[in-house]
Amino acid sequence: MKKLIVFIVVINFPIFFATYVFAAKVNVVHGWPAQQGEAFEKIVKVYMGKHPEIEVIVEVVGRDRPAYLATRLAAGNPPDLTPHPWLGLQAEWAKTNQIVCFEGLIDPSGILDALKPLGYVNGKLFGLFVFPSIKSLVWYNKRKFERRGYRPPRSWDAMLTLSNKIVVDGGTPWTIGLESGAASGWPGTDWIEDIMLRSAGPQIYDQWVNHQIPWTHPAVQRAFEYFGQIVLNPTYVLGGPTGALTTNFGDSPSALFTQPPRAFMHRQATFIQGFIRKQNPGLVAGKDYDIFPFPPIDQSAAQRVPILVGGDVVNCFTRRPEVIEFAKFLISKEAQEIWVKELGELPSNKNTNPALFTNPITRKAWHILSNATISRYDASDTMPGAVGTGSFWSGVLDFVSGIPLKRVLETIEDSAKDAYSSK
Amino acid sequence: MLHTKRWIPWLFVGPALILILFFLTYPTLMTIVRSFYGKGTQIFASTLDFVGLANWEFVFNSPAMLAALRNNALWTVVFTLCTVTFGLLLAVLLDRVRYEKIVKSIIFIPAAISMVGASVIWKFVFAYRPVNLSQIGVLNALMVAFGREPVGWLIERPWVNNLALIVVGIWIWTGFCMVIFSAAYKNIPRDLIEAARTDGANEWHIFWGVILPLMTKTIAVVATTMIVQVLKIFDIVFVMTNGAYDTEVIANRMYKEMFNFFNYGRASAIAVVLLLLITPIMIFNIRRFTRQEAR
Repeated sequence: MKKLIVFIVVINFPIFFATYVFAAKVNVVHGWPAQQGEAFEKIVKVYMGKHPEIEVIVEVVGRDRPAYLATRLAAGNPPDLTPHPWLGLQAEWAKTNQIVCFEGLIDPSGILDALKPLGYVNGKLFGLFVFPSIKSLVWYNKRKFERRGYRPPRSWDAMLTLSNKIVVDGGTPWTIGLESGAASGWPGTDWIEDIMLRSAGPQIYDQWVNHQIPWTHPAVQRAFEYFGQIVLNPTYVLGGPTGALTTNFGDSPSALFTQPPRAFMHRQATFIQGFIRKQNPGLVAGKDYDIFPFPPIDQSAAQRVPILVGGDVVNCFTRRPEVIEFAKFLISKEAQEIWVKELGELPSNKNTNPALFTNPITRKAWHILSNATISRYDASDTMPGAVGTGSFWSGVLDFVSGIPLKRVLETIEDSAKDAYSSK
Repeated sequence: MLHTKRWIPWLFVGPALILILFFLTYPTLMTIVRSFYGKGTQIFASTLDFVGLANWEFVFNSPAMLAALRNNALWTVVFTLCTVTFGLLLAVLLDRVRYEKIVKSIIFIPAAISMVGASVIWKFVFAYRPVNLSQIGVLNALMVAFGREPVGWLIERPWVNNLALIVVGIWIWTGFCMVIFSAAYKNIPRDLIEAARTDGANEWHIFWGVILPLMTKTIAVVATTMIVQVLKIFDIVFVMTNGAYDTEVIANRMYKEMFNFFNYGRASAIAVVLLLLITPIMIFNIRRFTRQEAR
């Protein structure tokens, strides 16, 4: 017995050591919290099972990841691969040749049509979209809607009509939560982006994101005014504007499911389902609560409903074959289906087996996503940080707290002017 | 007389000197240099643009920084006055209370709580829920109990929210001031106070004529310590509002420019301003200290 152990150690240790030293390593940095992180680990495990010669080393950097990546880039020691949600950073890295151009290396045709373009910078493929979420959704209490005879509205005006009806019936139509600690304001930027996409159209949306039109432009102003029609109306929003400012984004949807419901509608991305299920474990998706797409505003500007998406793009900092191989695997049907199975969230691969969506709401979201032709990415994550995570966030909070719109937009424009300049 | 070679003292001072040069002087100089260069996360890259005084113009001319400077001024005045006054009053008054130790311990507890922890606690105190719902925040529960409408304490600008934040700072630091004052107060010879009493002075006169003059040095030390603390105030604002609704302060803006906006140039300029604001107070403190030691 003793001999056997000695034998195992003597023989195996060098093999283990050799595989450790000589294995091709792929250093991945991501920032997903526990649940998503575990799902990603599972993808990594499956991959390493298929490629024992490759070792994927995963590092989790949950806070200040852009600063962390910038430091490693500056030190000439970047990770091999990172999935991240900052398209603005992707563009910057692509322009300064810090990330690998995938042209001729990776075929992105498996990625959904709505998401594929988000990996391109100046017409070239630099990023691969993985793990999307849809933002343009309104969540509602289906049972109460049915009991009261309310119907999901199909236009902005119909949505306001419905809101009025709910008020007349003695209810509060909306619950909005803009509070999110140091990131407060972002849920409001999503509202503005969704509205902008519908009231001004995707072209002007792009010009706005790239600061080719100023913040004081009538199109931007109109988007804020549309948002104001709802959020500044004290009878529309639970607690009025102050309620919206002080309610945490995660707690906000729970108002839909109180007895009687304190509010009837809530605009938020697909991820909020996790919060809803956690706070109200008894609810059945598709029966107790459901979603409808955020409705179109200007029918002429957008014949089809454009969708606003979030999620991550995979960028590679090194072009070693094992790194490219792993990147390819991440967008494959197999890897994306693991994500669906583990989390019940949306994949980016168009060939994903629809039978995997056991949750009717995820199925519906998948239907919206896979049929979308016009999509745009979260504007605040694309703009330079001083605007996207600075003056835009605080601007939304200022607007909702009653500062005149003109002043709000001028303040954001001031910060944008120097944030978009190179110096 | 013990003769030592000239280099012997350097041998002892040397290590500390090297550490200070490397970890304090050098970064300080680099920060000053960096404040004249453009945005980006590099510290000394040749790719950086020299921008002259542009970052400094931002510090003294942008609405965001002017708001921060104004709020820091408000913090400095209100916070320092309140912590020193309350600390002094508590020290003198609690001396006459039977359960002095227990009461003082309770008042001192906040000083042992981390700033972030205290901020989270106070976020609950200030919590706002819509009018018809039950209030979970103590303050708004009281407002409603007295038939008033709940108040968005952290949102109503410019006074309510800034003062609400300052109250948190005062809550944390008053206990500290009280402890130092209490020690100084107990050092005042009792017969002095007794003598004043015999001469017919009332308590009010004793406080202004005997106690206060004897405690001026301690008051100066405590007040300058509080000013240094409050100039670099960060945690409370970061946790509770992150500078939204015109509650920005200098240090929070520095953090944002550095870690959110990657503008190391501006962050450096702001850091230098903070340093320049704190330096005179430090010099004052050190001067006083050396004078005291010399005696």
